[in-house]
Amino acid sequence: MATGIKDKVAILGMGCSRFGERWDANSSQLMAEAFDEALADAGIERKQIEAGWYGSAMDNVNVGNSAIPASTALRLDGIPFSRMENMCATGTEALRGAAYAVASGAVDFAVAIGAEKLKDTGYGGLPSPFKGTFNDMWLPMGSAPAGFAQLAAGYRVKHGVSKEDLKRAIGHVSWKSHQNGVHSPKAHLRKAVSMDAILNAPMIAEPLGLFDCCGVSDGAACAIVTTPEIARALGKKDLVTIKAIQISISSGIESQMNTWDGSHVRNTRNAAARAYAEAGITDPRAQLGLMEVHDCFSITELVTMEDLFVSNDGRAVNDVLDGVYDASGAVPCQIDGGLKCFGHPIGASGLRMAYEVYNQLLGRAGERQLKDPSIGLTHNLGGVPYQGVAAVSILGLG
Amino acid sequence: MTDFGIKRFGGYVPRLRLDRAHIAAAHKWMAPGLKAQAKGSRAFMSWDEDPVTMAVEAARDCLDGRNGEGIAALHLASTSLPFSDLQHSSLVASALRLPAGIASLDIGFSQRAGTSGLLQALKAGEEALFIASDAPLGKPASTQEMAYGAGAAALLLGSEQVVARLVGSGSVTAPFVDHFRAAGERYDYYWEERWIRDEGYAKIAPVAIRAALAQVGIEMDAITHFVMPPIQRGAADALAKKVGFAGKVAPGLEDGVGYAGTAHSLLMLVNVLENALPGERILLVGFGQGADALVFEVTDAIATAKPRRGVSGAIAAGEATDSYLRMLSFADGIELEWGMRSEKNGKTALTEQYRSSQQIAGLVAGKCGSCGTIQFPQLEYCVNPECNAPKGKFEPCSLVDEPARVLTYTSDWLSYHPAPPLYVGFVQFDNGARILMEMVDVGSEGLEIGLPVQMVYRIKERDRARGYNRYFWKATPAGVGA
Repeated sequence: MATGIKDKVAILGMGCSRFGERWDANSSQLMAEAFDEALADAGIERKQIEAGWYGSAMDNVNVGNSAIPASTALRLDGIPFSRMENMCATGTEALRGAAYAVASGAVDFAVAIGAEKLKDTGYGGLPSPFKGTFNDMWLPMGSAPAGFAQLAAGYRVKHGVSKEDLKRAIGHVSWKSHQNGVHSPKAHLRKAVSMDAILNAPMIAEPLGLFDCCGVSDGAACAIVTTPEIARALGKKDLVTIKAIQISISSGIESQMNTWDGSHVRNTRNAAARAYAEAGITDPRAQLGLMEVHDCFSITELVTMEDLFVSNDGRAVNDVLDGVYDASGAVPCQIDGGLKCFGHPIGASGLRMAYEVYNQLLGRAGERQLKDPSIGLTHNLGGVPYQGVAAVSILGLG
Repeated sequence: MTDFGIKRFGGYVPRLRLDRAHIAAAHKWMAPGLKAQAKGSRAFMSWDEDPVTMAVEAARDCLDGRNGEGIAALHLASTSLPFSDLQHSSLVASALRLPAGIASLDIGFSQRAGTSGLLQALKAGEEALFIASDAPLGKPASTQEMAYGAGAAALLLGSEQVVARLVGSGSVTAPFVDHFRAAGERYDYYWEERWIRDEGYAKIAPVAIRAALAQVGIEMDAITHFVMPPIQRGAADALAKKVGFAGKVAPGLEDGVGYAGTAHSLLMLVNVLENALPGERILLVGFGQGADALVFEVTDAIATAKPRRGVSGAIAAGEATDSYLRMLSFADGIELEWGMRSEKNGKTALTEQYRSSQQIAGLVAGKCGSCGTIQFPQLEYCVNPECNAPKGKFEPCSLVDEPARVLTYTSDWLSYHPAPPLYVGFVQFDNGARILMEMVDVGSEGLEIGLPVQMVYRIKERDRARGYNRYFWKATPAGVGA
């Protein structure tokens, strides 16, 4: 009987590059920034790392495929090093690979590094992905915001919310993240924005305006993991351990059957339910000290509050507007600015979320430090709401 | 006199319209005289339409849900088809899910190809689907740009349940070059209109008309409808007068359609048939390096063979637009700055296209033989998690005419799209199937959840680097013009 990975893996060290339009740095340099910090934090030598997982989502605009760009950038020679790609869940998938390697007993020390260099394209937004020769025959060529914007239509109709109320609620989602980003030194966007500016921004994909969309950024984040026993033997007192990592991926039900109503993301619900079971969480709204969720678009974060079972179905609009997820709210969400303001270098994002939770749990979050959180959640959503992959991880003290 | 004739008929005109006043206004600085022609509106194709897609829509209007059983041949006439070497009628046949055992042929090279091809198909004496589809291009600021339009007409030919029997015909062939378009050129080169009128229409067409009437053994007063395309303004009326026709000349469809090249005679014919009465005789004239004249006699069966929407419905479905530059851009008449997002590779894997041609061309879903779930695309196993049966048990089930509604939608201003914004969303079919689709010809009413939509055959991707169009189905608000 499988027992999951709860308490079997400790995070020994983490690092994160400054995110943003890093005209000064390529992927190797971004990786080195994150890796140096993680290695110093872990207190081990480069040569002690026995396995690696490199997450990068877009080989066409980044450094190409395979893990060789990472092993070469970090000079990690001769060890098993694999590239992980699962759209926006890539970073968390890299962490999962490293964690499973340690939990299985295969290695003592493993590294997960995610990096994405998106600002070498010459234009704003993400490049359009290749969907495959068969899907190209029929799938529309919509952008990422077009995929997520449809959630707004589905949610509005399901819960009888007016266009205006929903626009205001998703506006608050972005407003809150901009407030938080100000206190995040490594964040891409560190400027508060008024609700007026958010609500009146140019339309990207109805009803998502410019401020409803996250930043497209360069960046890297890194975790070095080991067993709790080894971490303690190395002198670590406060341990952050992995309580759960769960992934859920689509098989076509949402996009091909008539059962999904377009108002929520099944994958998030599947992954969250399994992660809570693995971690032993029974009341997420009461137990979670903070959440770093996949706010690629404001509507995604709003719907995710219900998909993670933190807001009741149909109540996220009210909870958001009541400030439940603000820095001062009951369950602070995106305390580092989230994808919206910290930025979204795809392959790094899951690890960046873990980095914030890790630092918050250890009390190292500086001026945005929350009061004594002991458990935090990260959430990624790759692809589109109806054809994608969700990752939920739970990290806790002890 | 033959037993052979037209069994069913249909037509298609693109929804987009532009008032000719907008065209004239755009050219006023250098061609103020165009204002004299600035009457009514003309149709123009959206970026994702071409004579192939119009042909499919005209045929669907004609067949009105019939599966094409019994059709032995498909003919497609046009002078503006996208390929020089690729049989377009094969694309049309696959979209219509016609039996693989049919003969197929593209014809063109003259404005007369519509009537000449029709006559040949009628004389062949086998059940055939004859389609003429055209969108002649007029050079910016030319008389042709003002007068031209776009459209397609489809006629199902056969010997049973004939609604309009071919009772006689006449043809003349003459090396009369009123205009030409060299291979690879975009625009026609036209000679003086007065010469074309006096030496062409007035002298060549009457010979064919007289031959046709003689073959039937009737005089001009036995003709009810005189159908001659308005290649020049007033030309049809002048010719009717010249040959002694005293009745009402068939509407030239100048307003709302515009001259649709090889398709125009047949569009007018379909428009006439929509309201024709038993016993009426129709004289159909085609012109170009000679002339054809066909005489049809309407039968009692006319009451039972209505097209789905018809040419009149397609004209009524027109959506007024107000930008000359949009029309020009859709026809590749101007190169706009589309940004780096447009620099994508539009290459089609021809191998994959052929492997998946049945489901893609005919929008053919699979109905699971085990659980009944209807699904598109058809993959290796049933999508229903309680079933997952292998696709060997699937029954083909086209969604082309299946009732459907909007489940989700958005308007995407970020993606590269030749007609921004890109409307995209899930289409929920009443039979349970669901597809993420592009939505087109949305019109001023916009989209809303639950809005009924219907399928239209369009260009999915234009690979400009290689000149290859790939086709697929899109959704559009249902029942417009019906």
